[in-house]
Amino acid sequence: MQILIEYMSYPFVRYAVIVGVLIAFCSSLLGVTLVLKRMSYIGDGLSHVAFGALAVASVLKLSNNMLIILPVTVLAAVILLAFGKNAAIKGDAAIAMLSVGALAFGYLLLNVFSSSANLAGDVCSTLFGSTSILTLKRSEVILCLILSIIVVCVFVLFYNKIFAVTFDETFAKASGVRTGLYNLLIAVIIAVIIVLAMNLVGSLLISALVIFPAMASMRVFKSFKAVTVSSAVFSVFCALAGMIISMMTGTPVGATIVACDAVMFGVFCVIGAVRQ
Amino acid sequence: MSLISAKDLTIGFSDLVLYRDLSFEINEGDYVFVIGENGTGKTTLMRTLLGLRKPLKGEVVTDGLKLSEIGYLPQQTIVQRDFPASVKEIVLSGFVGRLGINPFYSAAQKKKALDAMKRFGVENLASRCYRELSGGQQQRVLLARTLCAATKVLLMDEPVAGLDPFVTEEFYGLVEKLNREGMTIIMISHDIAAAKKYASHILHIKNDPSFTEKKEYFASGKGNEFSIVREKGEA
Repeated sequence: MQILIEYMSYPFVRYAVIVGVLIAFCSSLLGVTLVLKRMSYIGDGLSHVAFGALAVASVLKLSNNMLIILPVTVLAAVILLAFGKNAAIKGDAAIAMLSVGALAFGYLLLNVFSSSANLAGDVCSTLFGSTSILTLKRSEVILCLILSIIVVCVFVLFYNKIFAVTFDETFAKASGVRTGLYNLLIAVIIAVIIVLAMNLVGSLLISALVIFPAMASMRVFKSFKAVTVSSAVFSVFCALAGMIISMMTGTPVGATIVACDAVMFGVFCVIGAVRQ
Repeated sequence: MSLISAKDLTIGFSDLVLYRDLSFEINEGDYVFVIGENGTGKTTLMRTLLGLRKPLKGEVVTDGLKLSEIGYLPQQTIVQRDFPASVKEIVLSGFVGRLGINPFYSAAQKKKALDAMKRFGVENLASRCYRELSGGQQQRVLLARTLCAATKVLLMDEPVAGLDPFVTEEFYGLVEKLNREGMTIIMISHDIAAAKKYASHILHIKNDPSFTEKKEYFASGKGNEFSIVREKGEA
């Protein structure tokens, strides 16, 4: 406890906690939609693209690498969504190519152009998140705050439409809802969330942040609203627990958060089984 | 005046024409059964009538009928089978086409959704989870949702598939009552016995499709042949 209070007195630790909670909250919101629309793969593909974009940004030595990562990832989301719809091109194979390609090019770029002495460490922290969250600047925290507020507002305002499009896209379309537009909206929000979450858990572990809360809550709760609320609470709790444990024991923060998610998922499975 | 009319429709996909030059007029209060073997393009026709896809040729004219007055009950998807949503949430989503720029449902819409649930006897299931219901209950929930969307026309795609005979009969009863109250019904079905009992018109989809009144259809060679094959197949 003493250690924890001591840690909290540093502003960068406080920033990390604020950002961590925000990211965990946002990433859990669309989890249910993603899982049920069989769009989890888009999240996975996008995280690799984001890694590639990050590599480009660091090679170009931009002061704020979000400026490249965010638009590239959003663009990739739009492209992936179009691939997913088009059955003529094998959708999932195209996504696999795009994401693995981005990963490979990203690593290649970092290797060829990087001036850093500890290249393996840099790559590892981008992939698994470790240190970057503790080096956040005030401006990055504010950007994260703004993006989170936008994500939450969009989600609340379009909640009913997102529900309808997730549950029965054909019905929604036949009722006059512009489903293509909402699919696009969902993909863009996911892209934003992934870019945010890269700071916290790194690009390889992002999917966990999106999928675990939704899958766990779906086992216990019976309405869309309850599942959504539960996902948010689940995700924030695990992020906090993970960050605290990692501070106390010195484990990598991203992996610890995901481990908490996995353990809590197990707990929810048991609760779900008992309830039946 | 006809509610929905098809003019010289050619239906199919870019490399496969299913049938050509289909014309018919559906009037207010009609109860149309769309029958025909699997793969003859019944669902495709329905999607064309709804404007979800374009016909290869011809056009669908819906005189003064707004998209928000049509309710569509599609075939169930795999996604829905393990969907965590309460009955209330699903029925209420029938109004999604009328939200416009409003983010939330109005009190009046919530009241109507409750009425729809009562009408189909699912109001006591309101907070139950959709995936835990029986097939018949699920279909009644979806019908209640469709009723929230529809004020004039209901299009249903094999709504009784997978239901037991008792529940099927119950379902047809509910639909018939709606039809008597003035709702126009267009239903895809393989149930020739039900078509005989309930339909006012039969739209037979095959190589040469036809739209006829029920009596005329069952008196025709085609109707006879089809029902004999059906009844033999089911026996």
